[in-house]
Amino acid sequence: MNTKNVIQVEGLTKMFGDFTAVNSLTFNVGKGEIFGFLGANGAGKTTAMKMLIGISTPTSGKAYVAGFNVFTQAEDIKKNIGYMSQKFALYDDLTVKENITFFGGIYGLSRKIIKEKSAVLITELGLEKVANTFVGSLPIGWKQKLSFSVSLLHDPTIVFLDEPTGGVDPITRRQFWEMIYKAANQGTTVFVTTHYMDEAEYCDRVSIMVNGKIEALDTPKKLKEQFSTNTINDVFLKLARG
Amino acid sequence: MRISVSHISKSYKQVKALHDISFEVKPNEIFGLIGPDGAGKTTLFRILTTLLFPDKGNATVADFDVITEYKQIRNSVGYMPGKFSLYQDLTVEENLTFFATIFGTTIEENYDLIKDIYIQIAPFKDRRAGKLSGGMKQKLALCCALIHKPKVLFLDEPTTGVDPVSRKEFWEMLKRLQQKNITILVSTPYMDEASLCDRIALIQDGKILEIDTPEAIVNQYPKQIYNIRANKMYQLIQYVKAYEFNHSVYPFGTYVHYTDRRPDFNPEDLKRYLASKNIFDVEIKKTEATIEDTFMELARK
Repeated sequence: MNTKNVIQVEGLTKMFGDFTAVNSLTFNVGKGEIFGFLGANGAGKTTAMKMLIGISTPTSGKAYVAGFNVFTQAEDIKKNIGYMSQKFALYDDLTVKENITFFGGIYGLSRKIIKEKSAVLITELGLEKVANTFVGSLPIGWKQKLSFSVSLLHDPTIVFLDEPTGGVDPITRRQFWEMIYKAANQGTTVFVTTHYMDEAEYCDRVSIMVNGKIEALDTPKKLKEQFSTNTINDVFLKLARG
Repeated sequence: MRISVSHISKSYKQVKALHDISFEVKPNEIFGLIGPDGAGKTTLFRILTTLLFPDKGNATVADFDVITEYKQIRNSVGYMPGKFSLYQDLTVEENLTFFATIFGTTIEENYDLIKDIYIQIAPFKDRRAGKLSGGMKQKLALCCALIHKPKVLFLDEPTTGVDPVSRKEFWEMLKRLQQKNITILVSTPYMDEASLCDRIALIQDGKILEIDTPEAIVNQYPKQIYNIRANKMYQLIQYVKAYEFNHSVYPFGTYVHYTDRRPDFNPEDLKRYLASKNIFDVEIKKTEATIEDTFMELARK
């Protein structure tokens, strides 16, 4: 396989009985790329993402993530990716520090490294004053930024973000995207789903899924040219409404 | 029917959820509460639908007082909470019949009002509500909130987590309901939906930042915004943020929205500064403020 592509997918398909949830996806995502994965509710995004993060076996096709085969090396994939769910997944009744230590431990980092990373992360996020506060009592924007940083603790090749900014205020949303830019700038590949169409325009490339298939994939600029629209929202509406 | 909110405050232990909120929704208006999670939107909905007492202040809905006349309010309003609150193990039709019965009416009696919406989920009327897709759940919840022909409709984040196509359809439904003389109070975290309301209140941390028509809110933005673009986005943001004259720097899709502190800002100065940082392919153009720009400017203060 091509080593420059962090995700390499060919004919990836998932069937549930007679229903084809994901229909022959083919695409690549490069190192350090910010890739937007869009689609209507029920288009198959979640199913596709589950296959890529190694928790659902495809029915057919090929897929490599971070160099590992989704069919045979799902456990290696899990170790080498970061994942941030749309539902807040840190432990509300652990403190900021405890959460970092816990997730660092899960990913097999040494105590020494966890300590170092923890200090850097807390300073960078400006969480010094709440480092020993239960995460449950933090504002949602802080929680989301913390979750993102925790998903990067083990320096994964690629991080999957499932609607990371839902309900977050506009200023924090932008701080969040700056964090994404920073991670990408350092070489981490970012695979992100969102319902905010303006956020799709932050991505290097965007794919739009309709009924299990990728119906469009290009840079935001080229997609807008291709569909003669001014926004990705209008591209989306043209595609999904038919 | 109008909604009138006067100096409402509400705290949960130490947390001030609402702080001295006042506004008025005119009869037959679509009024939007625009703000992020934790702004206090749901608390306000619960007070206005008589499910929660305010600590201070008073409010009327359809001219009934939220504390002393709660029963009349409950009969005259429809409420669609943010969390899906129908019975998951009843079918689509059973849910609708249930809500109609509770309010002493029938589906047939007010079918006109829900027809446009119900038609879209009618093919699934024997499916359990729990088994519906997000978009269909939302349509069923709206039908259930409308079945007793309310005068005022409360919609708490009806489009959160919903894709752009369903969101657009939902707003088209609201416009049609407005023509049937229903006053609508709707909340959303999506700033782009603000322009679909007649008037909006921007709300954050329990306080109202501004109330006006969407056009007027955008027009009051105090500065000229510039769209800046370059190939190296991350570096561009870092350097523009470090520029000594910057007033605000926010990524906006493929651009950065920039405002300058000086009244006589010349984009060429910024270009020269960026060139000194090895960023050359820079494009700087004037652009119009959006609701989101205004929200962020107000929230900074």
